[in-house]
Amino acid sequence: MSLEPSELAYLESRLGRSPGAVERHIVAAEWSEHCSYKSSKKHLRMLPTDGPLVITGRGYDSGVLDAGDGYVITAHIESHNHPSAVEPYGGAATGVGGVIRDILSSGTRPIAILDGLRFGDASADPKSRWLFRNAVRGIADYGNCIGVPTIGGEIEFDKSYRGYAMVDVAAIGFGRRDRLIQNRAEPGDAVMLLGGSTGRDGIGGSQFASDPLETDEDRSAVQIPDPFMEKLLIEAVIEARNAGVIRAMKDLGGGGLSCAVSETADSLGVGIEMDASAVHAREPGMSAEEIMTSESQERMLIITDADDGRPRLEGICARLGVPCSAIGTVRADGIMRVRMGNGGSGGSGGSGTVVAEMEAGVVANARLLDLPSTKPAYLEGIESYDHVQDMAVTGGASSDSEGHTDTLYRLMTSPNMASRAWAYGQYDHEVGIRTVVRPGADAAVLRLDNGRHLAVSMDGNPKHCYINPRNGAMGCFEEACRNVVCTGATPAGMLDHLQFGDPTDPEIFWTFMESLRGISDFAVQAGIPCIGGKVSLYNETAAGPIKPTPVIAVLGLTPGGGDDGGSKGGAALQGGRPAEGDHIVLVGTTRHEMGGSEYYEYIRGIVGGRCPAVDVQESRRNSAAILGIIREGLTSTVHDCSKGGAAAAVSEVCLAAEIGCAADLGPMPRAERDRDMPDDVMMFSESHSRYVAVIPDRHMARAAESLTKSGARYARIGRMGGERIIISISGSTIADLSVDKTRRGWSSTLKDVMHNDA
Amino acid sequence: MRFVKVGIVVFPGSNCDRDMHHVLTEVFHLDVQYIWHTKPVPADMDAVILPGGFSYGDRLRAGAIAAHSPVMGDVRRLASDGVPVLGVCNGFQILTESGILPGALLRNESLRFMCRWTSLIVKNTWTSFTSKLRMHQRMPVPIANGEGRYHAGEDTLRDLHRGGRIVFQYASGDMNGSAHSIAGICNDGGNVVGMMPHPERAVEREINPADCRPARMMFESLIEEVAAIKEEDVEDKWEGTPYVEP
Repeated sequence: MSLEPSELAYLESRLGRSPGAVERHIVAAEWSEHCSYKSSKKHLRMLPTDGPLVITGRGYDSGVLDAGDGYVITAHIESHNHPSAVEPYGGAATGVGGVIRDILSSGTRPIAILDGLRFGDASADPKSRWLFRNAVRGIADYGNCIGVPTIGGEIEFDKSYRGYAMVDVAAIGFGRRDRLIQNRAEPGDAVMLLGGSTGRDGIGGSQFASDPLETDEDRSAVQIPDPFMEKLLIEAVIEARNAGVIRAMKDLGGGGLSCAVSETADSLGVGIEMDASAVHAREPGMSAEEIMTSESQERMLIITDADDGRPRLEGICARLGVPCSAIGTVRADGIMRVRMGNGGSGGSGGSGTVVAEMEAGVVANARLLDLPSTKPAYLEGIESYDHVQDMAVTGGASSDSEGHTDTLYRLMTSPNMASRAWAYGQYDHEVGIRTVVRPGADAAVLRLDNGRHLAVSMDGNPKHCYINPRNGAMGCFEEACRNVVCTGATPAGMLDHLQFGDPTDPEIFWTFMESLRGISDFAVQAGIPCIGGKVSLYNETAAGPIKPTPVIAVLGLTPGGGDDGGSKGGAALQGGRPAEGDHIVLVGTTRHEMGGSEYYEYIRGIVGGRCPAVDVQESRRNSAAILGIIREGLTSTVHDCSKGGAAAAVSEVCLAAEIGCAADLGPMPRAERDRDMPDDVMMFSESHSRYVAVIPDRHMARAAESLTKSGARYARIGRMGGERIIISISGSTIADLSVDKTRRGWSSTLKDVMHNDA
Repeated sequence: MRFVKVGIVVFPGSNCDRDMHHVLTEVFHLDVQYIWHTKPVPADMDAVILPGGFSYGDRLRAGAIAAHSPVMGDVRRLASDGVPVLGVCNGFQILTESGILPGALLRNESLRFMCRWTSLIVKNTWTSFTSKLRMHQRMPVPIANGEGRYHAGEDTLRDLHRGGRIVFQYASGDMNGSAHSIAGICNDGGNVVGMMPHPERAVEREINPADCRPARMMFESLIEEVAAIKEEDVEDKWEGTPYVEP
């Protein structure tokens, strides 16, 4: 845990002197990749951050959206990949805790958690199962205890994560706009530290997270979770907010006090003088650098008025059992000054030795890098692969009609496509009594106090992103939007989480830049602003880097007031249940885009082929068409068409409804250049912007009229009914599965995988 | 509607207190107040509810520390005085830990936290919370617990059976390994009911995927009983209680 020689030289030039030992530790923590975003920050500016519902913040750690009627939604995303890879239980749990405090620090109450989990091949690899099992348990134990429902997310297994764990956590908050923390401070204000005691856990965690993971030796850099303290902290902060005693607030995460104090002072344009010995510590004898860089959890920094606010805040903390210490004072000088006294001085006076004295602006602003990037060699020609041509050369069959029943069954019961109930059944997804659409659907839906509904989806697709980082990332974004649209909500904001390997490798940095460009392009063209995000780099093990893994969470709101508000909106969100005889309509254009598909990778073991690309115009047209028929009340259900293609999407509708279908993919709209697609491409291509809408017979005529008017391409492909999923192309049946048997397999896959060594 | 005053006890770590408050005020329009665990129960409470959550972070055992909170002295006295007391999930665990109800709640057989919608069978219609339900009626509710497996000695189980004090059973039989599939029990007087599932999560149509009427009947039962005790109709005194801040 130290500064690079060039960074040390830069620091010396900014300070005009050589930094002391404690100063070096503070700056090293703050200038780590994890805290400073030094490799990515310049480029993140390309993301649009303004939108009709965005409330531009005062340096909040979470994005803020206007939910109408004086209410706001806050949202943030974080990951805890490095810690989870060595200690999955604690790593995942503290990942939840950290993002919850980001929500809290804007002055809103956390109301939901979503988590995206990625591991190596759990069927084959016991370590991946161990990581998966304990990450789920960590999230469950933490989220359940603090009473915040875990309502959605994703789980994916891919060999590139072998020996590693990707744990992304997004959190949503809700509150009143007039109670958002104002984040201002005046000289003389008291700086308070609330929550858990500061111990020797997680020291250097942010630097640990900024290096490739070599061994499991760095366990001490992982923080220890205490959800009970987090729950007490939530209640204390909400009560303090209601009492109006919080002037500014920041949660303690990566970089501990070093980061929280320097960034708070810098963003408020003030100085902070603090006494490290006034911090309530878990054990005696901790040094100033340990106190300043500890990443002990469940801590919050609050600035309050020294005369009136401080005693009231202390009173709230005493009543609710939250430890609290006055650690410093706001100064006008812009200096971050750390003393190490004999304890108990409250940081207000001049007692103790000054161990650090630097301009907060110097500490909080690492020198930003402009890293070189080069297109990776592996991408050369990767998209020109086509199994049809390949088979023609080798003499194999491009499409084995006998095998499609078996293939579809294997896909539906594969670990990446099977039911996730094994995991979400361990999460309390009901607490808070807001959950209208539960985990397992396209997007989770929460009801808000003003009768509107919030839909949230989180999506990543490393298989697509590996083959084409730009189109892949854009596709993740569009898929998250599709999932939100399926509930009848309009996408209003996006959180991005960019996860890559070592950025100093120009080929990896190229994939980062390409993904970012794809996300930015879609955000601009679709008019969906970025309200928050996170970058996680150095996701590597001795075996190599992970696949590029951007993850996008999209938040959508149902229209407010009028005919569409209130419980009527809720009825549209849940939809009816598909019934026998309902029409199945496929909206959107199918293309020959097999690269990174589940079919290629899981069934055929092929890495290559054309990655699905988003046509933004079509995306907008199709989502408007779907929102139209949902809001007119014409649909039984709408499902997004993604992993596993049209065949899987139709099957998923059947499995959820426990009704069979007869669907003929022949009439599916397809791109001009892809007129003649083999059967397996028709079934399994993962082209974007497609939806499966189920429409009762009595509404079909109106729905057709509405869809035609919208200009979206669509086709009626069949009807619900019976006990079998029958898929045909132009009259000949190519797959025929029992709903019951497939559903049993689909339901038990994860349970069976996890019981391998239970 | 009669004017019913209900106290919701809040322990450090309770997390279903606000949900219960919402339901009692917004759905049933009762007069509700929170009671912090170090405070006495106000004298005029018609009923007391111990909500779900993780009091004291489930340390030691779920409910073990909360059972020794100062407020539990009052709860014990009110329970023996015949005042309706409902313990839900962690509230049920606190009632067994404090000995107000018999038995104990152990780790689920799966050793995992379980959250899912399920269906209960009503086995008793003479408690303060089930008088308006029908015998053997199904009640859809969600469970959400890690320590929900009801356990008691043979003698206790026999007493519960003979006294008709098993209030709810899981319709599916083997939910979590509970003895006799017990989901909820009551005391001798039927005024104290403890249950692992969450009725407060099941009374609103929008969030109940099945039928919200049976769970509503639990609260309607309480209202009817209190109304019968309090003779005067004070409907016109109703002034409303605002929903708690988000």
